[in-house]
Amino acid sequence: MSLATETTTRPAEGFRVTRSRRNIAWTGTGALIVVAVLAMLPYIVYSGTTAILVQGFIVLTMASMWNLLAGYAGLVSVGQQAFVGLGAYFVLILAIHGTSPFAALPVAAIGCGVAALPLWWLVSRLRSGYFAIATWVLAATVMLIIEKFSSIGGGTGMPLPGLSGFSPALLTAYTYWAGLAVTVVALAVIYLLLRGRLGLVLTAIRDDEVAARSSGARVGLARLLVFVVAGAGCGAAGALLAISQLQVQPSAVFSVQWTAEMAFATIIGGLGTIEGPIIGTIVYLVLQQTLASYNAWYLIILGLVAILVALFARRGLWGLVDEHLHVRLFPVGYWLRLAGEGRRGGAVSSPRRRARGGRGVAPPG
Amino acid sequence: MAWVNAIIQGVLTGGLYALFACGLSLMFGVMKVVNLAHGDLAVVAGYIAIGVIAVTHIPVLWSFLIVVPVMALLGYVLQRTIFQGALDRSVLTTLLVTFGLSVVIENGLLQFFTANSRAIGTGLPLVTGSFSLGSQIQIAYLLVVIFAVAVVVLLGLQYFLSASKYGRLIRAVADDKEAAQLAGADYRHVFGIAAALAFGTVALAGIAYGMYSQLSPTTGTDTILLFAFAAVVIGGLGSLWGTLVGGVVLGVAQQIGAQINISDEVLAGYLVFLAVLVLRPQGLTTRRAQS
Repeated sequence: MSLATETTTRPAEGFRVTRSRRNIAWTGTGALIVVAVLAMLPYIVYSGTTAILVQGFIVLTMASMWNLLAGYAGLVSVGQQAFVGLGAYFVLILAIHGTSPFAALPVAAIGCGVAALPLWWLVSRLRSGYFAIATWVLAATVMLIIEKFSSIGGGTGMPLPGLSGFSPALLTAYTYWAGLAVTVVALAVIYLLLRGRLGLVLTAIRDDEVAARSSGARVGLARLLVFVVAGAGCGAAGALLAISQLQVQPSAVFSVQWTAEMAFATIIGGLGTIEGPIIGTIVYLVLQQTLASYNAWYLIILGLVAILVALFARRGLWGLVDEHLHVRLFPVGYWLRLAGEGRRGGAVSSPRRRARGGRGVAPPG
Repeated sequence: MAWVNAIIQGVLTGGLYALFACGLSLMFGVMKVVNLAHGDLAVVAGYIAIGVIAVTHIPVLWSFLIVVPVMALLGYVLQRTIFQGALDRSVLTTLLVTFGLSVVIENGLLQFFTANSRAIGTGLPLVTGSFSLGSQIQIAYLLVVIFAVAVVVLLGLQYFLSASKYGRLIRAVADDKEAAQLAGADYRHVFGIAAALAFGTVALAGIAYGMYSQLSPTTGTDTILLFAFAAVVIGGLGSLWGTLVGGVVLGVAQQIGAQINISDEVLAGYLVFLAVLVLRPQGLTTRRAQS
């Protein structure tokens, strides 16, 4: 799918263009080791710990998708719970008809991606704030329609069938691996998309939408693609939610609280970086576990921190790390170095840094 | 006869929805801020009214004399601090901040005042009383009063913005804040005044809904914000009278939906909203789409 014509940066004389300032091999190896260790965990720790981590996988997947929407495509959706709920219901419907919930998970993700198409058609005309509330209304509408079908539990929901054959320990382990797989696939898809043409087009839109349009970037298609991918990702997270909770209840799966959690985790970690949602999810898990006995306090504190971060540290926690160490775990931009220059240079795709005019070097041509 | 009743009730609840919507519309029209915490702030106003009535024992109907100024002051302060701070950064930041505020307020209310529903002025003759038209149509006094209040508020805002000196200043700043600043207007202060006005209407909306139905922490988003937004879109963005038309259309759609199936009230309203979004995105009253 061609989103733009001729968008590759050409290295000119005296410049060297690289993906990363450090050797990518060790970050790649590091990521592999982390995934391998995480995959071993069900053999090592108690099932209580893996249950908490499953919750973390759900939030991380959703937050990464929300980050793709708000951080890269500028689409602040407050209606992503529509896809969380739809994902859960796809699993429920398939499980009622005899499919294993684990096999239903990828189908649910694809189903949500397909469902995103008509929903996008409804809201695509709106921008910024109106887009935000319209997606919210849309999520409420989807929930009200789902509640009309009494065969899938109506307004009260129903337990998820098809998992009674597993022993509890095995079920927890399978759920954990499913969660890990969903998260890894979600992060990989986002990383590859942002490295490719879509990333360049989105960066161009973020810098100057009119200029991007007039240079032939297919802005509408790029946004549609992001909305569909985010829908599929949130659907996968919703499917995971249904499997981990063993029941599907409309007011729980379609709760705006999911969007609140994904938004807060993203903002605190760092909007517009792939690393941000990971850091944000860790903060979320720590707060949520420490304040578990104080009901909604974790959400209040997360919300207050997110407001403060949005106002005073716009690049989030990862922004602070990046500013001091210049580390990218997921390099999606290009680094441009003048020949002979050692440690200095700037990421071309980081508009904020370029706007500040500090360390950045303008791209050639 | 039941259908006539549904339409009359729908038109009257439309006044309530217009009251929900005018603060949202005003904030967007002047500051270009879509305040996602709009509904939760209305609930806060309703809770303040309940507290004020319980503590001071003033007549329920006069509680607005205290709550409206308190909310207006809150609006000015919020605009001068958080909202302006977000506006100085980007439109995206205003959305993140107001969404954060919405979630914080909703969960804060849940934490301090439980999930119980509260009503304002239960047992008051105005709240419970009604009069009959024919044998099947019962019209609540309260709905008529709320409709009248909505019309008065909209007329007042219209007059204030078009005829008064301060209204002209607000419109000037809304059109081009840099130019207004060059001409000597402090746009931050003017934004604060506009926010105070908007929050005043939010206070009225919260009290009105508390008397018409019941307030709970989740009412703010489930009902007030989403209905307000639906009314704004149906009526046409940026038009005060369109807001009333939008509220009435939403109210009638809901009542007709309830007539078909009692549980479809809210869904019918949203479906009409989506139909307008697809077929007539500029709204029912405005001629051309606004950016």
